[in-house]
Amino acid sequence: MEDLALKTTDLRKTYADGTVALTGVTLEVPKGDFFALLGPNGAGKSTLIGIATGLVIPTGGALSIFGVDAFAQPERARRPVGVVPQNLNVNPFEKVIDIVVNQAGYYGIPRAVALPRADAILKDIGLANKRENIARELSGGMQRRLMIARALVHDPEFLFLDEPTAGVDVESRRAMWTYLKTLTSKGVTILLTTHYLEEAEQLAKHVAVINHGTIVAQGTIDEMLALADGRTPEGEAFRGGKLEEVYLKLTQQAPEQN
Amino acid sequence: MTPYEKWVAYYTIIRKEVVRLLRIWPQTFLPSLVTSTLYFLIFGAFLGSRIGMVHGVPYIMFVVPGLVMLSVVMNSYMNTSFVMFQSKFFMRTIDEILVSPTPPWVLIAGFISGGLIRGIVTGILVLLVALFFTHLVIHSVAIIILFLVLSSLVFALAGLVNGIYAKSMDAVNIVPTFVLQPLVYLGGIFYSTASLPPFWASLTRFDPLFYIINGFRYGFLGISDISLWVSFAVLGTLVLLLAVVNLYLLKKGLGLKQ
Ligand SMILES: Nc1ncnc2c1ncn2[C@@H]1O[C@H](COP(=O)(O)OP(=O)(O)O)[C@@H](O)[C@H]1O
Ligand SMILES: [Mg+2]
Repeated sequence: MEDLALKTTDLRKTYADGTVALTGVTLEVPKGDFFALLGPNGAGKSTLIGIATGLVIPTGGALSIFGVDAFAQPERARRPVGVVPQNLNVNPFEKVIDIVVNQAGYYGIPRAVALPRADAILKDIGLANKRENIARELSGGMQRRLMIARALVHDPEFLFLDEPTAGVDVESRRAMWTYLKTLTSKGVTILLTTHYLEEAEQLAKHVAVINHGTIVAQGTIDEMLALADGRTPEGEAFRGGKLEEVYLKLTQQAPEQN
Repeated sequence: MTPYEKWVAYYTIIRKEVVRLLRIWPQTFLPSLVTSTLYFLIFGAFLGSRIGMVHGVPYIMFVVPGLVMLSVVMNSYMNTSFVMFQSKFFMRTIDEILVSPTPPWVLIAGFISGGLIRGIVTGILVLLVALFFTHLVIHSVAIIILFLVLSSLVFALAGLVNGIYAKSMDAVNIVPTFVLQPLVYLGGIFYSTASLPPFWASLTRFDPLFYIINGFRYGFLGISDISLWVSFAVLGTLVLLLAVVNLYLLKKGLGLKQ
């Protein structure tokens, strides 16, 4: 149990309007892993993260974080978790430094301790010169980085990233990848959702493909590639193409439900 | 969280709110000052001498406590309802707190304290403005403070329920305009219920503002249409009831979580 960062068992979610988002997700993310959750729009990725981080109320199933039952002890389970949501949710009128330092406050870290930490993270992530700006004065990509800084200020052991590179230019995306790799090398477990296959391939140790609210495949990147018919992988480009082939096969099997 | 960490989280919520209140002071503190100045002018300087004495005191002295309460009640209510609504609706900044280990009751306490600060500070400012128009007699400072705090608390709590439930900006604006304002005006700011026909006088007893205004006025003038103990009992009951409702809503995530 203790060596799992996340474990979900038959997790289900039906929204109030009747939309079925998760139809029984069973998933294990090992401690220290870089885990990519792949799936098309509407597959249920954000719903899963929402349940894990306490923003979405599950309809059924179980979920534990580092062995702590997140439904029985929500506050304890959330403590080691940082989350970067899919949609921008920074207060446009709040200063960058305040956004990061206040977040530390919600984890019980006093300002005096949080300020130097926040400054260090802002420097690492390339926002040091925006410290005194209000969030509205930042570009979209910068706001996304600000959300990452905010998620890291309490030194989480487990970071959830919901499509962190959507709409980010290629150069910034590469920089973000490098940064995320330094985090995992420090022992932070990362669960990232994306629909860029290249991203999953570059970063992830393990991958799961979710479609229509259920996990359709799960394993290492190599295991996923083995799901493609017959031929053996040759060059990088071919590998990438192959992953795409597997992904398309997996996500197009089930017909649209609506 | 340890008690100290909870304190840090609570302090963070309040500090953030005070920064906001001061930043947009023309929207938060100024409007009540302008309106009450107009009231003091009209009822004190222009009409007061024609109306004469009520309960043995000059008319302006009679209306000041009620007008202070009008600001306290409206500002407390609008602050919690609006801050809650905007942070859950526009940017989803409430998620910053919901993903953290901050327990629901600390969140409620923080938002309520924001409402108290806005309500009480505005009330004191209005009282200071009143000094330009009349002198104040003070019967009991303790009763004044107690009623100031209790009334602000009742309406901050009620505003929070409104903010948590509201699904549109209209739902936040409707109550202050169509419910709160009539209750305040008909609760006896401008007249003693002793001067009303029996039917209207007994109807007034269903208005919580009647108890608030009378209790508060007693603190200044030592006169009241009803017993202070009844006022306390009504306010105390409302505080308890509303606190329980808020806690229930937040624990269940109703209105805030999907
Ligand atoms: N608040 C909500 N109310 C109703 N349906 C929702 C809500 N949020 C998401 N959904 C639906 O749940 C399904 C899964 O959505 P989501 O988890 O956001 O998918 P993904 O993140 O993989 O794109 C979709 O059909 C989506 O429309
Ligand atoms: Mg999503």
